[in-house]
Amino acid sequence: MFNRDRWREIFETISKNKLRTFLSGFTVALGIFIFILLFGLGNGLKNTFQEFFLDDASNAIFLYPGQTSMPYKGFKAKRRIEFDNSDLADIKENFPFFLEYLTPRISRGALTSYKNQSNTYTTRAVGPSHQFVEKTILMQGRYINRLDIDAKTKNATIGRLVAKDLFKNENPIGKYINIGNSAFKVVGVFQDDGGDNEERYIYIPFTTRQLLEKSNDKIDQIIVTFRKELGHAGALAFEKSLKKFLKVKKAISPQDPNGIYVQNLTDDLKQSQRFAGVLQLIVSFVGLGTLIAGIIGISNIMVFVVKERTKELGIRKALGATPRSVIHMVLQESVFITTISGYFGLFLGVLVLENIGLKLEEYFIKNPFIDIGTAFSATVVLILFGAIAGYIPAKLASSIKPIVALRDE
Amino acid sequence: MIHIKNLHKSYKMGNSSLHVLKGINLTIEAGELVAIMGSSGSGKSTLLNILGMLDVADEGDYILDKVPIKNLNETKAAKYRNKFLGFVFQSFNLINYKSALENVSLPLYYQGIARKERQAAALDYLERVGLKDWATHLPSELSGGQKQRVAIARAMASQPKVLLADEPTGALDSQTSYEVMELIQKINEEGNTILVVTHEPDIAQMCKRIVQLKDGIIIEDKKIKQVLVSSYV
Repeated sequence: MFNRDRWREIFETISKNKLRTFLSGFTVALGIFIFILLFGLGNGLKNTFQEFFLDDASNAIFLYPGQTSMPYKGFKAKRRIEFDNSDLADIKENFPFFLEYLTPRISRGALTSYKNQSNTYTTRAVGPSHQFVEKTILMQGRYINRLDIDAKTKNATIGRLVAKDLFKNENPIGKYINIGNSAFKVVGVFQDDGGDNEERYIYIPFTTRQLLEKSNDKIDQIIVTFRKELGHAGALAFEKSLKKFLKVKKAISPQDPNGIYVQNLTDDLKQSQRFAGVLQLIVSFVGLGTLIAGIIGISNIMVFVVKERTKELGIRKALGATPRSVIHMVLQESVFITTISGYFGLFLGVLVLENIGLKLEEYFIKNPFIDIGTAFSATVVLILFGAIAGYIPAKLASSIKPIVALRDE
Repeated sequence: MIHIKNLHKSYKMGNSSLHVLKGINLTIEAGELVAIMGSSGSGKSTLLNILGMLDVADEGDYILDKVPIKNLNETKAAKYRNKFLGFVFQSFNLINYKSALENVSLPLYYQGIARKERQAAALDYLERVGLKDWATHLPSELSGGQKQRVAIARAMASQPKVLLADEPTGALDSQTSYEVMELIQKINEEGNTILVVTHEPDIAQMCKRIVQLKDGIIIEDKKIKQVLVSSYV
């Protein structure tokens, strides 16, 4: 297949027809470059979306107590339901198969101060598992742990913005802050991908909160996460049996919709994923469109190139070139040019993405990268279509009688 | 060398058809220098195209150097052209981005001859047409006469059985025309068979035989006393 003489002929043709070479090469390089850029930026948009909407653990179920709306087993309607510590223990005991993490949450607003800085923050009294449910990222120190819960310590893990407000440039670890009227020792600082509000929380042990509130054992809400292997259907089944279990325990009518509220993120997750899917579709569509535009561009150039060469090909045929050798020459040349310039465009596109990629985060584009497989196949597709687009006019030109091609103007 | 018997060719023009060649019989021996004359529309170019396998006759026999030329597909025609025939055109038809040397060596490329060999051969032919010093020049840097001499060198490079020249002097002034004809006469003297299509009587007189065409038939076929360009000027 490799024919040194033919390659030499092709290189001569290429180097002596610079405009033609440039035009077809430029079209392909531009096509690939734009494809990579758009596809990469689209991917960046998708990444941002995922970060925004998939912040909390996607396998979380939130349980809130409500107020009954039906009388049941001798209880009147409009009875207020409350969760307490025994519910935690019961859920843990009854659903070991489904359960991943389990944490209570008691939220209270409180004026918080350090030296002469003060502000009102929401304090969340939680268990250690809460860190995983919220996907909290620790920057410094540690999270509330089992020992804090057991000993009901006055330790707190504060958000990045709380630390910034109260401590300015001081290191908050080991310092004492006043929450309400109690002094808490800061043991950790966290950040959260969920946005600024998430970083204005203060986490303390839920047992400490209960101790402060007259030693009760009440809980605002319970958050559980299920094992991811359960999938969507398993999660719904778990949610159903969890609800049923609590209704029995709290003596709520099975028909009562109001006694306990359940928010299952798996539904949200499904919606988010659907939206992400649509986004992916748009990105793919944009990519495909660009690719088609590129194919049309290279086809036009190829038709033009062969048209321009009709006379030359006629001369070659009169001198003894077979139709086959004419087609071979035209195709080999075009594939050679498109391959070189295609990979040049690919390289340039990736380079530009790498360089501007990290500066676009404020425009909601994060990590705008394209996987190399997609980029490669796009380039191959463009080269392939360039070859097909070149083949048809080359075939036509090769079958034109030399006498027609050589006819004087 | 060439035997043609009862050659017919017509072109379809919409519904009607135009009968261009109406039964041509012609025999040309090796080493002849034949002028084919006729006014435009007489069929002389069509005849040359059929002889050159650039076009196909509807009817009749064509035997070139004992090889019957018929039922040719494009590939076979290309091979025969390369092996048997050299072409010289009115408008030179050099490839404009190739140097004189590369143009001359092109038919040898299609014969599959190695690069060094074909370049040496091409240079030899350029020398024979007096353009050795112009080997590296592009066609755009050559005069009309020089271009036609390059074209003749290219046609001769493949050592064809027959050289076909379609109005080789049509685009040249008379002085240059005579130079080109002198070259053609020289090549003929070396034993090559040459057919020249022309409508200029003085050019025809420089050949050894004149075939006169009118309305698709040969009306006159005579041997003449050749006017040598070298004595003419």
